[in-house]
Amino acid sequence: MKRVLCTLACLLPAICAHAGWRGYVAAELLGFIEDPQDSRQHNSYVSLAIEPEYFHEWNQRDDLFTFKPYLMLAAHDNNRTHADLRELSWIHVARDWETNIGISKVYWGVTEAVHLVDVINQTDLVINEDGEDKLGQPMAKLTLVRDYGNFDLFVLPGFRERTFTDIEGRPRFGIPISDDALYESGAKELHTDFAIRWSRTLGEFDIGIAHFSGTGREPRFVARPAAISGMTISEITPLYEIVEQTSIDLQAIFGGWLWKLEAITRSGQGKRIRSLAGGYEYTFVGVNESQVDIGVITEYLYDSRGDSIDPAVIFASRPFFTSPFQNDLVLGARVTLNDAASSELLASVIVDMDGGGQSFNVEASRRFGDNWKLSLEGRGVMNIPAGNVLSSFEDESRIRVELARYF
Amino acid sequence: MKILPGILPALLLCLLPVAANAETAEEKGLAIAQEADRRDKGFGNYTNHVKMILKNKQGQESTREIRSKTLEVADDGDKSLTIFDNPRDVAGTALLSFTHREGPDDQWLYLPALKRVKRISSDNKSGPFMGSEFAYEDITSQEVDKYTYKFIRDDVLDGMDVFVFERYPKDEKSGYTRQLIWLDKEHYKERKIEYYDRKDSLLKTLTFSDYRQFEDKYWRALNMYMENHQTGKSTRLLQSSYEFNVDLTDRDFDKNSLKRAR
Repeated sequence: MKRVLCTLACLLPAICAHAGWRGYVAAELLGFIEDPQDSRQHNSYVSLAIEPEYFHEWNQRDDLFTFKPYLMLAAHDNNRTHADLRELSWIHVARDWETNIGISKVYWGVTEAVHLVDVINQTDLVINEDGEDKLGQPMAKLTLVRDYGNFDLFVLPGFRERTFTDIEGRPRFGIPISDDALYESGAKELHTDFAIRWSRTLGEFDIGIAHFSGTGREPRFVARPAAISGMTISEITPLYEIVEQTSIDLQAIFGGWLWKLEAITRSGQGKRIRSLAGGYEYTFVGVNESQVDIGVITEYLYDSRGDSIDPAVIFASRPFFTSPFQNDLVLGARVTLNDAASSELLASVIVDMDGGGQSFNVEASRRFGDNWKLSLEGRGVMNIPAGNVLSSFEDESRIRVELARYF
Repeated sequence: MKILPGILPALLLCLLPVAANAETAEEKGLAIAQEADRRDKGFGNYTNHVKMILKNKQGQESTREIRSKTLEVADDGDKSLTIFDNPRDVAGTALLSFTHREGPDDQWLYLPALKRVKRISSDNKSGPFMGSEFAYEDITSQEVDKYTYKFIRDDVLDGMDVFVFERYPKDEKSGYTRQLIWLDKEHYKERKIEYYDRKDSLLKTLTFSDYRQFEDKYWRALNMYMENHQTGKSTRLLQSSYEFNVDLTDRDFDKNSLKRAR
């Protein structure tokens, strides 16, 4: 009887919330303070994005269907105008296992400044260079729920190429990136990848250990001989290689202290890569007897790749890549007003401890009424030495204003 | 020696009324809290909907809607999963919390845009829940062991016989020095709570109304009104769609369930 009533109630999704739509439409203005380095680029960019989501739960919530398309229409930068299926998936839940079949998104990781262990989904870099937007990934995922932790087993058929801004887009590397990617595997984007992850909560600790085997989401780049003429390079081409990546992520909470660690080791792209990010966020609750919380963030970043590129490697058409965070310290503050408008501010600076300059990042947001949200973002770099990977971002200080209507 | 087993209970029975009379105000306060807790035991699990109407000093209103699932845990605090429906920008955000009788509670927050699960500190218990006048500590499971008690007086509130007692949070992270509680003698349910801030001035008053009984046993207030005397703001919390014994298990309260919460 209860079930019949429930089914009847589901005809009114607002009451039962077993099925429904939600999402947002957002308009964004991205403005640059300095004039572009390339005359084909612009000083401001506008874009419009929509991300609706339909979900349906049935079988007493043991089954969930999700459909979440995404569309961005952008001025100037043709690569930013794009559509994607963020999710089209069916999740089934049983007592000690769970499956997720279709296109979906998975997030691994704990740190704020970089996302090292998060390797399942490709980064949708044209939306925002913070790397937090992801493309939908086809997958068959099986989760085994055991007393000694959860095991996630992934089969990942099909690969998505990273999105990059085109010639007119900003910010971008000094050299435009080709749309015509190279692959190590003959199967190219049809190569099937695998991943496994064990995760467990042990008291104050949340721990995850994972291994990924397949086409690495992060490409190296090659200046093909045809793109080199004398001392100029017209474009560089992404090279997607087969990698083996093992990772650990750990967080621990002790009162107001949240400790975080992510570490990876990856082979398959030249010399083995080791990267690490670790630190803490300490939150002062109710500062000065107000309702304001202030979190202080400190993270240390290490990457074995180093932050500069040897031009000889590029001109020899050999694959290269790098990380600006070879020995860097992140200092940040998060201010949460805890007001009815959910006002928030996050400000951080990444200091290169080998004299490689500083990166600044400020993000703020608040709600207007019940359905509108305004977000502001400012980014820039300073004191970057020549030859550093960030040098092409030197005159790319920018402000992003986004107004979103949620439904 | 053989007569002892017979005599002992008789002796104890004689002692009992004496013990009750000699009870201190602290013991009586604790006994009332324990009885209230005992009467609400055995609910197993339930789901419900909550709507909060926030009103600022100028009278402007905004609303919050959440759905929650609660699981009773034997010998420990309850587990709960709260899914946010409104405002729409946080729709799909979900909070998993394991309250404990002793020590800090465990809390995880799921952010749907990133699909990220964040462990969060329970130090924020004095902070406002969704910008409302309810602090986290006002709405999480009220474990008997988290307070000490003191009986104040018997009284009558709106024609009901009530106990009036105080409770003092043991946790130094609490936003309160004390809470003054009016509890009806018939059902042992709260009718009114006054919250006193760290300087011991009256901060808020919570009044409970529209009590309904579920499963012939468990009373729940469907209307709770929290008034902040220091800011002039208020929050009305309306509960509905209570369903008890809906087959919830530990699996509905793990990090996987958080990620698929809709």
